[in-house]
Amino acid sequence: MAEPLLSVTGLCRHFGGVVATDNVSLTIAEGELHAIIGPNGAGKTTLVAQLMGELRPHRGTIRLGDRDVTTMPSYRRSRRGIARSFQITSIFPEFTARDNIALAVQAHAGHNFRFWRAARTDPALRKPACAILDSVGLGHRADVPAATLAHGEQRLLEIAIALAARPRLLLLDEPMAGMAPEDAARMVRFLSQLKGKITLLLIEHDMDAVFALADRITVMVYGSVIASGTPGQIRANAEVRKAYLGEDELA
Amino acid sequence: MDPLLVLAQALNGIQFGVMLFLMAAGLTLVFGIMNLINLAHGSFYMVGAYAAAATFQATSSFLLALLAGIGAGAAVGILVEIVVFRRLYPRDHLDQVLATFGLILFFNEIVRMIWGPTALYATVPHFLAGQVEILPGAPYPAYRLAIIAVGLGVAALLYALVSKTRIGMMIRAGASDRVMVSALGVNVKVLYTLVFGLGAGLAALAGLMAGPIFTVESGMGENVLILAFVVIVIGGIGSIRGAFVASLLVGFVDTMGRAFLRPLLATVMANTAADNAGPALASMLIYLLMAAVLFFRPRGLFPPRTR
Repeated sequence: MAEPLLSVTGLCRHFGGVVATDNVSLTIAEGELHAIIGPNGAGKTTLVAQLMGELRPHRGTIRLGDRDVTTMPSYRRSRRGIARSFQITSIFPEFTARDNIALAVQAHAGHNFRFWRAARTDPALRKPACAILDSVGLGHRADVPAATLAHGEQRLLEIAIALAARPRLLLLDEPMAGMAPEDAARMVRFLSQLKGKITLLLIEHDMDAVFALADRITVMVYGSVIASGTPGQIRANAEVRKAYLGEDELA
Repeated sequence: MDPLLVLAQALNGIQFGVMLFLMAAGLTLVFGIMNLINLAHGSFYMVGAYAAAATFQATSSFLLALLAGIGAGAAVGILVEIVVFRRLYPRDHLDQVLATFGLILFFNEIVRMIWGPTALYATVPHFLAGQVEILPGAPYPAYRLAIIAVGLGVAALLYALVSKTRIGMMIRAGASDRVMVSALGVNVKVLYTLVFGLGAGLAALAGLMAGPIFTVESGMGENVLILAFVVIVIGGIGSIRGAFVASLLVGFVDTMGRAFLRPLLATVMANTAADNAGPALASMLIYLLMAAVLFFRPRGLFPPRTR
């Protein structure tokens, strides 16, 4: 295998006496869909925050490709190709769906963008924004204020916002949380289309979705990694069964 | 009452209103976006007035004075943001009030050290020194008309900047979700510094225009600061449009009250009683206005929808 796109080594982060990330190491290959599962409070969201640069780890390193990004601020990681979605739906409610995407496109237009240009009518923003909305199936909702979209649509919009940054690595923090079954199915279909095109790190509680989508799965409990492997290996791992999946499911 | 006098006072009210708007715009942006209470905003007003007055005395060039005033205000604003305010964003409002009150004392003293304790005289540039006949037989100072024009122009520009342009979009987005905007690749720190510099520059513009009307002295920013806070509370914290409407409202009510409340009262009560009650009531009017607005709309006239 070539050099992994993301490699995390010995990551530690605590809040006072509470250890949220305990010596976490993991690697994600280019193009892989890597899922992280674990009970609530296992430190999954804290890990994503450190990968995105919103939280500084107390120890350990994070490398993106051949570059150490451990101390890099969020906005620079974003420019190097990491994007994320949030556990709590994070969109700009007053903007239309298209403007939400346009904002993300322009944030990435680099240093030479002309900030005084009209945002709404600029084809350099509108065109890619429309294309991305179409790709998540929200093209027909482009002019609707984001606040009035249905919950499932808002989650898709949020991923579309993240995709607008053209990331190499997309971190998805519970994209299916609180979704109705049909919306969740739509999200799974969308993620399976996305799979292979970019590298994905997926945090999710929906086990059917995780085992259907993931190339590899990492299991976290109390801030540490207890297992990492293919869905088959994880399903067969005794420690994982005991700690997380629950013994009764096995009988 | 003489209708021409009413017209002149109405224009005075608008002129005072647009100056308040220049102050309030920066204050409401900083409060609304960065959630920071900045009592030292009046210091940028003062710095602008001093820098412009001193430059005008030295060079007799109105244009240089204008550039120096705005430039000094914005530069001081940016410097203070980087050195002081970046440490204050995560703190609570009481800490911010204490620290920025300290800054007021600091700037008032600095200004005394540089320019001395006596007030500077700012003069109206001679091409604006005359009167304009707005209606036959109703002359009005050209300088005050110019202030109204500048204020309205800046208000229009600011509105376009915030609601139509790319940077405005980022500013509004940053106001609603800072972490997410950073994740999108925006350097929010720099964005905040720019917004702060913009607000300080506008306050300086208000100060330098106020120079020839009031006096340029240490502490001149405090009175207008209090009014600017009244404006942003009435307008809805964080709303530029609210600040604009509330500025004109406050400027108008304050000016008209001071000019006409006493004669108005004198028509219904004894002259001496009106002499006492008129000015007292006039100085309370804007606070009564604020109380009334807050009673009916506790979040101001144009509260931002998200938050």
